[in-house]
Amino acid sequence: MAAIGNPMIRMASHAKKGQIVEVRSLIMNPMTTGLSKNKAGKLIPAHFIQTVTVTFNKKPLCNVDWSTAISANPYMAFKMRAVESGTLEMTWKDNTNGVWSSKAAITVA
Amino acid sequence: MNLSRRDFMAMMGIAGATGFLSPSAIASSWGSGKDPYEIPEYGNVTLLHITDTHAQLLPVWWREPGTNIGTREQKEWGVTPHMVGDKKLEYYGIKAGTPEGYALSCMDFDTLAHKYGKIGGYAHIATLVKRYREQVGKKAILLDGGDAWQGSATSLWTKAEDMVGAQNLLKEDYFVGHWEFTYGADRVEYLLKHKLKAKFLSQNVFTIPWDEPVFDPYDIREVSGRKVAVIGQSFPFTPIANPAYFVPKWSFGIHPGHMQKMVDECRQKHKADIVLVLSHNGADVDKKMASQVNGIDIILGGHTHEIMGPRPVKINNTLIINTSTNGKFLARFDLDVGKGKLNGWRFNYLPIISNMIPEDQEMADYINKVRAPYAKKLAEPLAVTESLLYRRDNFNGTFDQILCDALREEMDCEAAFSPGFRWGYCKLPGETITMEDVMGQTAITYPQVTVTEYTGAELKNVMEQVADNLFNPNPYYIQGGDMIRVGNIQYTMNPGETIDKRITDLRVGGKMVQANKRYKVAGWGAMQKVEGTPVWDIFAKWLRSKKTVSANPRDLPVLTKNMAGNPGIAFPKEYDL
Amino acid sequence: MEQMKRRKFLGVSAVGMAAVAGSGVLVPAIANAANVAGWPAAAFDAKKLDEAMKDSIDTTSVKTSAKVRLTAPTIAENGAAVPVTVDVDHPMTADDYIESVYLYVDHNPTPLASAFHFTPDSGHAYFQERIKMAKTDMVRAVARTNKGVMMSSKPQEIKVTIGGCGG
Repeated sequence: MAAIGNPMIRMASHAKKGQIVEVRSLIMNPMTTGLSKNKAGKLIPAHFIQTVTVTFNKKPLCNVDWSTAISANPYMAFKMRAVESGTLEMTWKDNTNGVWSSKAAITVA
Repeated sequence: MNLSRRDFMAMMGIAGATGFLSPSAIASSWGSGKDPYEIPEYGNVTLLHITDTHAQLLPVWWREPGTNIGTREQKEWGVTPHMVGDKKLEYYGIKAGTPEGYALSCMDFDTLAHKYGKIGGYAHIATLVKRYREQVGKKAILLDGGDAWQGSATSLWTKAEDMVGAQNLLKEDYFVGHWEFTYGADRVEYLLKHKLKAKFLSQNVFTIPWDEPVFDPYDIREVSGRKVAVIGQSFPFTPIANPAYFVPKWSFGIHPGHMQKMVDECRQKHKADIVLVLSHNGADVDKKMASQVNGIDIILGGHTHEIMGPRPVKINNTLIINTSTNGKFLARFDLDVGKGKLNGWRFNYLPIISNMIPEDQEMADYINKVRAPYAKKLAEPLAVTESLLYRRDNFNGTFDQILCDALREEMDCEAAFSPGFRWGYCKLPGETITMEDVMGQTAITYPQVTVTEYTGAELKNVMEQVADNLFNPNPYYIQGGDMIRVGNIQYTMNPGETIDKRITDLRVGGKMVQANKRYKVAGWGAMQKVEGTPVWDIFAKWLRSKKTVSANPRDLPVLTKNMAGNPGIAFPKEYDL
Repeated sequence: MEQMKRRKFLGVSAVGMAAVAGSGVLVPAIANAANVAGWPAAAFDAKKLDEAMKDSIDTTSVKTSAKVRLTAPTIAENGAAVPVTVDVDHPMTADDYIESVYLYVDHNPTPLASAFHFTPDSGHAYFQERIKMAKTDMVRAVARTNKGVMMSSKPQEIKVTIGGCGG
């Protein structure tokens, strides 16, 4: 089985108040569709991240619902208006009860 | 008819190289007898541009395409670069038979080749570059548009190190890439970091998965007190047109939006007075990019080996050139750069007619040195050609025709495919094809020959997909190769149609192709890792066994009648038009 | 600057094949497979673009607007990972902001690829992700404001080709 999990976030550690910063993230997940077969001719079950939720200082920032059309080991970038210093937290959940989360801190001046 | 080189020369009344015009005679045929390479100084910045030399250290023959079709659907009917032969000469008011006529058109190629001689050669290019550097001093910038590392035996066998040495001797300033990447990301990074002195720039190469720039996107340098920005654009379709496994962690693309961002950054943040793009997009893609991105003064283009006439093309406020291939031309821009704007410019394409430019001794010595270990192997004579052999054309070049013939016979297949590459120099009738010449058509890092059993439907799909890379009305789908070369496959082609509808009456060996029937097809240049004998071994073996060869008959398609009168077709009869 | 803290790790050892026979079709399932709460299953299971749009945005016709910009390569380098960026030129204030952006691939087995939901704090309705495409197809994004106003990007064709033969 390929690696799974290992969520990562890349974001600037400092920003000016009001600045729009880009947040980039990655997680290992097979994102299988349930439609393709393995070498033995058996269908490979669907196994994929379904939701990603993002909070900043515990307050909801954005979230996404994903289908099996998202590529393996999904990458996702989005933006945030830097208003105050704090912690961004992302949580990924897959259809097999897998839950992973990761945090990144930013100082806003 | 079988013909030895000596017979042929006798027939043509040519006594070897002495049959060429003397340099002074060539100069006088240029008009007025003055030195055609004398360019008056102008302005405060001089750009020298070469591109797509395809590792040809020595002079070669290079014929412009006889077919380079642009369609009405593409709005490229008769628009440069889709203009060839007489039509091109007429449009630009160039006299046939002159050195410019020889350099810019395919008309009377073998006659004019005998008259003027080979083109290019790094020792000849070096002479001219040194001369201009002496003339203009620190005003000069030398830019290399890529595809310098691939196309010859010695570049393949030294993994491009011979070319890096030549680039360093030329003192190139900037470089971008395409075939360079087929040596693999590690080799590219090693040579760029440890060997090449020029700066490699690319705004359109990013890491997978994090999407971060792999190379510096641009460089700013001060020339004559003005800030000159050079943005690099490597070949956008590298992992599509060439195997992706060479660069598994890099993604490419055109990225016009990011290009705009880079231009704005150069102008606003760095206060650049002029913005240049050193591009390996290809002519059609450059023209579209110039229509979308504001603020580029000049695009120095390459890739498609399409010299767009003697003058730059202007799209909005951007000047675009495409400086041919194989060292055939050095382009020179003399610019009057003012504060934040280009006040004026002079432009010259300088054909590198090797008989007219003495060798630079330093470069000549270097070339001899790097070739010495391979000289014997390269010189092996294989066969004499009765026909003019060339590759560059929209459909089966004559060199590809004999390559397809060789693949079919050696691999015992009813048909053959060969990639529509645009590099690969010419051989004149009566010349001996050597091992070096075979490598000049085949030297790639994925040369394995394969035999594939295609269904008729798959065969058609392959051809339709490739045709769409050539004739799609959206320039951003034009990858810059020609139509796939075929052996013993006949078809009717309508370039003005859309994908899946361009090819009709598809036949193998004269018989209509059936969708479900399987056909055994030999080919090379696979996109996946495959096992197989290198194509040069198979081609050389076949040539040795033939002794004399000729590219007849050719498997050219029939073109549909809507192509009649297309200025991108020099010899319509070849296509039943 | 970069944190790689792994909080919870579930599922891997529990992943196994448990083929379940149902109406003559073998339906593979994962032992503990269960949709995440709130995940819009109906919209994601829809097999046709029309159905997927109906189930996600409750309409099949949305006016195109230059404000919804979809950036993608004209030709995919790898059909298994095609980068798509969507950004919407629209205010992101408490009163007026882009609430959701839906991404569709017309002929994928299930056309709805993703549904992003923003807040005014996002500052800019923007995302980038990589999607799978089996063949040349159209990709489109539909944005909806908190007031229910909808606008669509121009559909963009992304070509998935066999490649080769480049200059």
